[in-house]
Amino acid sequence: MEKKHIDKKLAILPVYNEQDKITEVIAEIKSVDTTIDIVVIDDGSTDRTACNAKLAGARVLRHTSNMGYGVALQTGYKYAFQNGYDLLVQLDGDGQHDPAYIPELLELIISEGADMALGSRFLKEVSPASPFLRKYKASTTRILGIKMFAFIATALIGLRITDPTSGYQAFNRRLINFFTRDIFPYDFPDADVIVLAHRAGFKIKELPMVMYERDEGVSMHSGLKPLYYVFKMFLSIFMTIVRKKPIPLY
Amino acid sequence: MLPRQKIAMLIICIFIFIFVLDLVRRRKLREEYSWLWLLTSISLFILVLKYNWLLAITKAIGAVLPTTALFIGALIFLMILSVQFSVRISRLTDQVKNLVQENALLREKIDQTNNSTGCQKS
Repeated sequence: MEKKHIDKKLAILPVYNEQDKITEVIAEIKSVDTTIDIVVIDDGSTDRTACNAKLAGARVLRHTSNMGYGVALQTGYKYAFQNGYDLLVQLDGDGQHDPAYIPELLELIISEGADMALGSRFLKEVSPASPFLRKYKASTTRILGIKMFAFIATALIGLRITDPTSGYQAFNRRLINFFTRDIFPYDFPDADVIVLAHRAGFKIKELPMVMYERDEGVSMHSGLKPLYYVFKMFLSIFMTIVRKKPIPLY
Repeated sequence: MLPRQKIAMLIICIFIFIFVLDLVRRRKLREEYSWLWLLTSISLFILVLKYNWLLAITKAIGAVLPTTALFIGALIFLMILSVQFSVRISRLTDQVKNLVQENALLREKIDQTNNSTGCQKS
């Protein structure tokens, strides 16, 4: 019998000062999938995040300064593409995303022909027990924001998107390459990324999952950032629509 | 405009013009940023010499005093300058981002080559 081709898989974790959580998250990923490589993108942490990640068995890409979540993600995409990975899954290094969903997320790409698989908090209600996490509970304003962008994304691409702000995503190699280009909106990449990928002709699918709330640390949506986020997202989506359709090069 | 005011303004324009050129000569200012300053100093120089033109502009934009027209001109100049800076900063942000990413990827390669984590268990 012919040996089944095994795709090279990579999990990327963009992190900033997550020295307490990172070891646990890496261990969980390894327990879920032993064949997946793990890369932590340390976005200029000032604590032991990078060392803890290395000691836990992950490869670490270190930014010399704090460049933001989107830049860290794109560094991971560039690493994945340069090192010949076929599949990539991105999840947060703070424990919000349960690594148990990695196989299902990748399965959407491998078996169901999606280019992009998104984890959605709003497709299904489940509540597994977890020793250090609480189930994801966002403020009403935030939920409203997510719903609004979900509505916009759905209306624009003609495909039901329930959680456009989810950072738990998986891509195939074509999409990895697409996002390594300067067209990737690295300043708060969210709903605009979905619209961009759809406009470029990539197939998107959602997977229902449970996510958790941070129980410590600073969210990237703290302070006045939500206001800027809403403005940026509207502008970015509008620009994605009015610009020429991007063509995948790979 | 009084002759004394005219002379003072002309001297200021010439000073700005030479100062900007000198900055470019000493490589303190790149050519791409000098054009707006040079253009402004030349425009001011011409408006001082051709005061009638300034009066015509004042009338055209509906201002009462020529000084108002000059202030509006200065504001427009500052706005264009700010936009030019914003465009440049956006480009620099992209370039810095790419450099930081490239640096991170190369550092990881070096670490792999040296086979060292550089970390000790805490």
